[in-house]
Amino acid sequence: MSAQLTLGPVQYNWAPEDWRDFYFKVADETPVETVFIGEVICSKRAPLYDNQLPDVVERLHDAGKHVIFSTLSEVTTDIDRRLVKRIAQSEGFPIEANDVSALQQMAAGPHHIGPLMNCYNEEALEVYAANGAKSICLNPEMPRVGIAALAEAAERHGVELEVQVYGRMSLALSARCYHARAHNRTKDSCLFVCDEDPDGMRLDTLEGDQFLTVNGIQTQSHSVLNLIDCLDDLQSIGINRFRISPQSIGTFTAIQAFDDVLNDRISPSEALKKMRDDSVDAPFSNGFYHQRPGYEWHDKVPAE
Amino acid sequence: MSDLIKPELVCPAGTPASLRTAVDAGANSVYCGFKGPTNARNFPGLNFSKKELSESVKYAHDKDAMVLAAINSFPTAGRTDLWKQSVDDAVDIGIDAVIIADIGMAKYVAEQHPDQRLHLSVQAGASSPEAINFYVERFNVKRVVLPRILTVPEIKRVHDAIDCEIEAFVFGNIGMMAEGRCSLTNYVTGISTNMDGVCSPASHVDYEPDEDDGLTTRLGDFAIDCISCGETAGYPTICKGRYDTAHKKNYYAFEEPISLNLTRLLPDLMKAGVTALKIEGRQRSRAYIRSVVSAFRDAVDAYAAGEEPDITELIALTEGHKETQGAFKSKSWR
Repeated sequence: MSAQLTLGPVQYNWAPEDWRDFYFKVADETPVETVFIGEVICSKRAPLYDNQLPDVVERLHDAGKHVIFSTLSEVTTDIDRRLVKRIAQSEGFPIEANDVSALQQMAAGPHHIGPLMNCYNEEALEVYAANGAKSICLNPEMPRVGIAALAEAAERHGVELEVQVYGRMSLALSARCYHARAHNRTKDSCLFVCDEDPDGMRLDTLEGDQFLTVNGIQTQSHSVLNLIDCLDDLQSIGINRFRISPQSIGTFTAIQAFDDVLNDRISPSEALKKMRDDSVDAPFSNGFYHQRPGYEWHDKVPAE
Repeated sequence: MSDLIKPELVCPAGTPASLRTAVDAGANSVYCGFKGPTNARNFPGLNFSKKELSESVKYAHDKDAMVLAAINSFPTAGRTDLWKQSVDDAVDIGIDAVIIADIGMAKYVAEQHPDQRLHLSVQAGASSPEAINFYVERFNVKRVVLPRILTVPEIKRVHDAIDCEIEAFVFGNIGMMAEGRCSLTNYVTGISTNMDGVCSPASHVDYEPDEDDGLTTRLGDFAIDCISCGETAGYPTICKGRYDTAHKKNYYAFEEPISLNLTRLLPDLMKAGVTALKIEGRQRSRAYIRSVVSAFRDAVDAYAAGEEPDITELIALTEGHKETQGAFKSKSWR
């Protein structure tokens, strides 16, 4: 099985035109084969993209991309539930489920399990496989040893595993919007203030250390996950799907760099250098993979 | 007399002594876990051996109380045997229900022990009728422990749309992040809440005096709060720390160190169709368990009898003496 790059859904609140242009560029200029699309964080944001969606999907399809619709991750209110239902029941579109409620409402058939759902072990994988999952993208906190054990089970059940290799990591979800809270608002009265931060809002410790990133109800890492020098290792344990999670800066450079390394055109350290020159202002990290604190970087090359 | 159905009072126990205390104080059921990573309160000195749990179940059953085993963390691939063994042990002991979070372990219980009563842990994060019904239909789940993110009217709507009982938290720590989906601790310490059953492990917490006679609280390498003299603070977790953003400085970015206290909403919860009221705090002392369980016993009995209970004692017991009704009262909490 040959390695392939996938592009996870944009998780931030981007201006609809920027969102559209980003995907046009993905369609026109990148080697990613599979593109996950759709609002996974906040049901209030979803309608913002409705006008752009048909053009974006058409452009991606015309470019030969496999387009998969990702569902909302935290499903509480009736608006959340309606959004999940609408996507889960749209006919003819492949779905990536990010919450069990999507599984419950989907038509029987092939689908994908997103990284915001839990699949930590062989038994869980078996449940998803029996339900029709074709691929499962793992939570970035999974260590190498767990990924390797799960990969063996995946092969037995005919499921492909996917691992996020680039982009800020989702660390927590909540029912409360922390973007709104920072602006003395509530989720219902937010006025879409998250649109000020195309890569999330930085949260620093009181000692001034850059720590976390707030994206609405989601808390992400400040550091940017980068497993460029683990690609060989990942392939050796049976992983062939590598997910890039979009940032507003550096995503196309990262896609190119990962593609170059996967095709032996440049070395991981050359690729890393290119990505450092074009990235959000944050260090790279790969601690989780090495079963260490997630923010850490383990390599011969320094993170910054 | 009131026409409210008296709900089950579900109380925590971290040790056999606490379990006996909870039963004696009026708990209808007590939940606890085995020692080690198979449950979400994997703290040193806490939890039960198989023998201890077996003796505790006998003690509870003799007094008409039930015992529920929380096996509610997420085993990593390659180490599920320990979780399966825990399920087998709990069934063998004659546990009244096992509380499961992992979808794979739910399958294991349903397939290997089809007669065992299965509850869905709050750690499964099933927050909508659709999610809950998935677990009910696939694994014959009899009760769901609801995440602490729903308003009472939303709980009522969930109740009307599902085919299992509801257990709702009414008192204790209020987790700010969706349960079972938080790796903040792992990001900082290398120990995973989901996989190892520990949030904010004490081994990685440090208090450091600062120049203003305050204390800087650290988890791993990161300062998560700074407490000045005279301030009371709860146990330090990332989601209850203070931080800076460009818009707001030195504030509780997620939540203040406050405790959930739904005493005043008990009649509403009972009307919404909640079968069981859950008190958080397996890590708490026996004295705390005794006070909280007795006070809730009195409050539930009073409400069920159509009377107004005295709840001053419960308010004094909340963390940092601050309490909240969290998400339950209104949507403005979000």
